[in-house]
Amino acid sequence: MTVLSSLQIGQTAKVVTIAGEDEISVRLMEMGLTPGVTVTILGAAPLGDPLELEVRGYRLSVRRVEAARIEVQTG
Amino acid sequence: MSTATVPSTLTVALIGNPNTGKSTLFSHLAGVRQRVGNYPGVTVEKKVGQVQFGQQRFELIDLPGTYSLAPRSLDEMVAVDVLLGRQADVGATQAVLCIVDASNIERNLYLVSQVLEMGLPTVVALNMIDIAEGRGIKIDVATLATRLGVPVIAVQANKGRGLLELKNALLTAAQSPVNVRENPFPQAFQQEVAQLERLLSTNQLPASTADGQTEQAARDAALRFLAERLLLDSGGYLETSELFRHLPELKTTLATARQRLKAAGLPVPAVEAMVRYDWVGRIVDGIVTKPRQREVTSSDRLDRVLTHKWLGTLIFALMMLLVFTSIFAIAKPPMDWIDGGIKALGKWTGQRLAEGPLKSLVVDGIFGGVGSVLVFLPQIVILFFFIAILEDCGYMARAAYLMDRLMSRVGLSGKSFIPLLSSFACAIPGIMATRVIENRRDRLTTILVAPLMSCAAKLSVYMLLIDTFIPATVLGGCLPLQGLVLFAMYGLGIIVAAAVAMLLKRTLLRGATPPFVMELPSYKWPSAALVLHRMVERGWAFIQRAGTVIFAVSVLVWAAGYYPHHSAEVEAPFALRKEALEIRQIELQRISPDDHEQLDTVAKELETLEKQIDGAYLQQSYLGRAGHFIEPAVKPLGWDWRIGAAAIASFPAREVVIGTLGVIYNLGDVKDETEPLKDKLRDATWDGTDRKVYNIPVALSIMVFFSLCAQCAGTLAVIRRETNSWRWPAFTFAYMTVLAYFAAMATYHLGMLFV
Repeated sequence: MTVLSSLQIGQTAKVVTIAGEDEISVRLMEMGLTPGVTVTILGAAPLGDPLELEVRGYRLSVRRVEAARIEVQTG
Repeated sequence: MSTATVPSTLTVALIGNPNTGKSTLFSHLAGVRQRVGNYPGVTVEKKVGQVQFGQQRFELIDLPGTYSLAPRSLDEMVAVDVLLGRQADVGATQAVLCIVDASNIERNLYLVSQVLEMGLPTVVALNMIDIAEGRGIKIDVATLATRLGVPVIAVQANKGRGLLELKNALLTAAQSPVNVRENPFPQAFQQEVAQLERLLSTNQLPASTADGQTEQAARDAALRFLAERLLLDSGGYLETSELFRHLPELKTTLATARQRLKAAGLPVPAVEAMVRYDWVGRIVDGIVTKPRQREVTSSDRLDRVLTHKWLGTLIFALMMLLVFTSIFAIAKPPMDWIDGGIKALGKWTGQRLAEGPLKSLVVDGIFGGVGSVLVFLPQIVILFFFIAILEDCGYMARAAYLMDRLMSRVGLSGKSFIPLLSSFACAIPGIMATRVIENRRDRLTTILVAPLMSCAAKLSVYMLLIDTFIPATVLGGCLPLQGLVLFAMYGLGIIVAAAVAMLLKRTLLRGATPPFVMELPSYKWPSAALVLHRMVERGWAFIQRAGTVIFAVSVLVWAAGYYPHHSAEVEAPFALRKEALEIRQIELQRISPDDHEQLDTVAKELETLEKQIDGAYLQQSYLGRAGHFIEPAVKPLGWDWRIGAAAIASFPAREVVIGTLGVIYNLGDVKDETEPLKDKLRDATWDGTDRKVYNIPVALSIMVFFSLCAQCAGTLAVIRRETNSWRWPAFTFAYMTVLAYFAAMATYHLGMLFV
């Protein structure tokens, strides 16, 4: 198991859990990053942060520190 | 409230995720009959429109775009309050219109699931089906309606299709009883909610303004919703509410309830998202079909280019250059027309008035004041032209995405970039553009540092002083000194803004880092109607709410520069010469009316004398006296009373400093930097001595002061409007003036070491 922020661009993974109970975690889940959902890293901004994700058929941008809260399973 | 008691008006709240075409749908439904304002006491924008449908009148309330009804921001709190009928100023909601983006249906249904729990008659408008179909997504609309238990109407908001069916469905829904809806939460959770509901209801909370026959049902639903939210939203907006003061035991009750839920495998807050997305999964199962492999659309291809490391950055830079130069250059001619037109109109009116205070009030005070308000319009309208296009086509989010890393270094997010960039042209539209920043602390920080950016008006001050006092030498064969100084002034503003932003985010506006989590919507063609509407709306909002303040300040400064106007006293020293010149003029006209050379000379001398009298009046005026009064305070900056008076006079708008200096130096009201003014500045001496007032350190000190000060009534008026309080403009003025004062003093004294 690993965190989303440590995946390579182009990799796809399944969300396992989201760490934390604060506003950031809730917003991530509200936007559809719930356990079991498939997420793909599409790219990163020119300065390396934030990341562009695809989840539930749409595009979402999250900072690396936020992506580090998302535990994922690859393969 | 009042509207709710009128039976022929149906109050409908329009809610939906951002980027779903909600504003477009609202515009199509409400047309031009809409009112824009603020909810009382908060800066959340209220948009209400009137829709006539046969005999039925709808009052349509456009709620702020939101992903969730968990009230964590002021916007969301207002949305919830409107739906619960607790928001003063608008009628109790009788039906909800929920707009859903068909191409992104899963995440949109999350909000629908929350809306359905409110127990109000609801209609779902399924928008952007065409885009969904383009991606190979197929939706069985009829089955979707059956499963949701509410009507689902396919619409194309941008083309105005499906509106008739929508109004029909709303009318029918509002007249029919609400079906019992499935509660997606597990039994254990529902029990906790029920317990909390009992606690709240025995304490007679909350007070709902709902009335009529649905009163009891609405109150029950509102109570359940409130109980559920209290349980789910730890640290949310509700915790700041009155409730916790009325019920001191609520906090521990909630904590133990959450403990029990966690033990039962339903951890708060994660349980809500899991339960609702499970529900969404069941709703769409089998009726929303997507291609196995997501089709690469033209939007995806475009995105690959626009967010590309080099190409994307280059396009972004070019785009920002276009926006920036447009506010600067395209706005310039209309600004000159407005300025010239108002001046001409004032002069024309003035010719019909007798010399005296009334004429001066009308020409310089009133027309001048109107001019100083209207002159900002071109920049505002042009900036919002671009912002509306960038927002509507989906690029705005990309701009924030590209710039986020840079802005996060000073504690802000990428969303602050465009407002700050725009402030280089003018802080007023820049501050108005901060509405794209949802987080209150980030938005406030951006507003408070925006006036530090060197705007067009500051540039005119820099240009005058640099041209006059900075030698046009080239350092090391390639660096022109004048350009370097100009660059330093811009750099100073940016560096100070970064420092102030960092400081504010660590002190006054400290708080947890807000989530950046941001949707990157699909690209689409911007709607011309929406863009036009935004431009008009923003321009009008500025005139309406900041205009009066700017106008009042202009008139006040005019009065300070005009009164007491003791003509006998001021004109006496000039009277003899004036009379002599006038007699000479009359004689010349009689004796040799063809001697133009002589006539011109006399006319010129008279004109010069008039300007000297104007200068004497200004010196005698309250403004001049104020300049003298503050001279001891500005002397440490190397300034004499004239610069002090000009700085005070520049309060309505910074560039006025040049005109005021012109009058003070007996040149009349000059517009731009002119050679005579430059000469006068170079030759100016301290009163009663032959010591020169200006040298390079003094010029730099003035520039540094203007670079950092908040001498701009318009900016302060807009800050007042955007923050809904006088506290923040007062704070901005205070901190910037202190900063400007000491920085100018340091500049002067440092500079004097080298002279």
